[in-house]
Order: sequence, then C-alpha cells, then structure tokens
Amino acid sequence: MDLNVTGAKIYCYLFGNQNLPITETLVNTWIAMAIIVGVCIYLTHHLSVRPTSKRQLVAEYLVGMVTGLVHNNMGKKWSGFIPFIAAIFSMSAVDNLMGLTGAFSPTCDLSTLLAWAIVVFVLITYWKIKTNGFGGYLKGYFDPIPVMAPLNVISEVATPVSMAFRHFGNIASGTVITLLLYSALEAVNKLLFGLIPGAVGQVLGTIPFLATGIPAVLQIYFGVFSGLVQPFIFCMLTMLFVAQAGE
Amino acid sequence: MEDIARAIVLCGSAVGAGLAMIAGVGPGIGEGYTAGKACEAIGRQPEASGKVTSTMILGCALAETTGIYGFIVALILMFVNPFIGKL
Repeated sequence: MDLNVTGAKIYCYLFGNQNLPITETLVNTWIAMAIIVGVCIYLTHHLSVRPTSKRQLVAEYLVGMVTGLVHNNMGKKWSGFIPFIAAIFSMSAVDNLMGLTGAFSPTCDLSTLLAWAIVVFVLITYWKIKTNGFGGYLKGYFDPIPVMAPLNVISEVATPVSMAFRHFGNIASGTVITLLLYSALEAVNKLLFGLIPGAVGQVLGTIPFLATGIPAVLQIYFGVFSGLVQPFIFCMLTMLFVAQAGE
Repeated sequence: MEDIARAIVLCGSAVGAGLAMIAGVGPGIGEGYTAGKACEAIGRQPEASGKVTSTMILGCALAETTGIYGFIVALILMFVNPFIGKL
C-alpha cells in the first residue's frame, strides 16, 4: 500500500525565483476569494428598501447574523469589526468546504492559518497600544510581578500560534484520516475481489467499490461539521481577544 | 551500518508518533466532562439549551487544542521524518 501525505503541490516559480513558489494553496485561495466575491455580487445587486427577492433576504439574514454575533460578543461600539469578522468567517468556511470537492483545502496549509493569526495578533497589539498607550502596553508584560515577564511574552506569542495550530490541526487531521480510510478501503476491496479467481477478480479489484458511500459518514463530521465549527471558533477567539485588548 | 541507523531512526519515529497520540487522552476526558456538564445544565434549564450547546461546542473545540498538538507532532514524525536528515 503506497500512502503519501504531502503538503501543497508547487505548480511553478514566480520569475523563476525559488523563493516565490506558486502553490496549490495560493491558487485555491484565489479561487475561494473569487467564489466569495461572486456570491457577494450576486446577493447584493438590485437591492431595494422593501425586500422583494429571496436573494436580498438571504443577504440580509447573513449580515444580520454576523452583526448579532459581533454585538453579542464585543458590544455595540465594535461595529467596525463586522466586515472583518464576516470576511474571516466566509473565507475560512469556503476554504474548508472546498476540501469536500476533492480540491486541496487552503486551510490544510499552515501558512494560510499563520497569516490569518498574524493579522489577528497585529490587531490585538494595535488595540492594546491604542487603549493603554505604549508605556501601558509594555507595563502589561510586568503585570503582577516583574518576574513574570518571560511567561507573559510566551503567552502573548502563544495566542496566534495556538489559533493557527488549532484550525490547521482540525482540517489536516480530517484530510489525513479520510485519506487513510480511502486507502484502507481500497486495500480491502483488492483483497475481497482478489478472491474471485482469474482476470475477473483482477479487474474488479482495481475498481474501488467500497470507497463509495462509506467515507461520506466521516466527511460529514470532518468536512462539514469541523469545517463550519472551526471558522466560528477562529472568529469567536478573534472577537474575544480584540475586545479584551480594547477594554 | 547506515541501514541499521536508518532503521533505528524510523523505528524511533514510529514509536514516538504513537506516544505523541497519548495526548488524545486529555481532550477526551475534558470533552466528556464538558458534555456531561452541558447535559446537566440543559436538564436544569431546558430553555437555555441553544446557548449552552453553542458554548459547549466552543469549549470542546478549545479543549481539543492539546490533542491537536499531539496529532501534529505525530504527523510530522510519520510523514516528514525530520530525524532522517540528521544521520
């Protein structure tokens, strides 16, 4: 049984530079962005004050959902964060659900998640400095007693790292476990139909009958459930950390 | 000699990957406890079940983190083989 788990494939190099690879992650991220922009344009053209189309109702429902989420978790004064949270949520959800189609999910690459986590980290630091001033921000590291400074630095860095690893680990584990299941079913299939003597067994063994349907159960958990819970958690943590920093 | 060294490294990586997955015990216990407490809370206040459920899912996903760390270490040991290059 040949099982190989690899990261994103590299298609080509930008300007022939080895440091600028065009990977599957990059291409699929652009596809996801195109999908989101397309859906946004489709949902929001020909808007009217009295909603007449189902399209507009869907758009209003989505906006209302994110608005409610932000207002409940951060408070009314953080309304400026609604587009950011909606962007992160939709990006993450589309990326995760892309894995269901068999395409490489961009969230299966740690670089994507680390990039998002760094954005969140910059936001948290920005709001901490804005509310407490730069001196207050530095003073926060020596908070209870000055001896705690190294631990405070570690916990500061751990925030984005743990956010990135949590999301990445969930999606990557789903991908790897599904891959293992597919290859196991293929092997079992080969074994079962290999019992049929002659060329018939050989031919039937190469067609993975068992791999249809059975993996769908796992896909519902790892693909749909995990793929929609993780964006929610990423957004939730972003909101909590930023609101905490701005208090 | 080189082959034996390689075999020992691969063997150690495989055992290490298995040991790393012991990290799954903690989140298992934690999530079970969370779910049990959520059931208790819903039993006491059935009208708050929606909020309890969403908080429980958030808490479960947070508790999962340490297990995920173990899983990532196991994946790296199995598929990236970082110690082979150090021979």
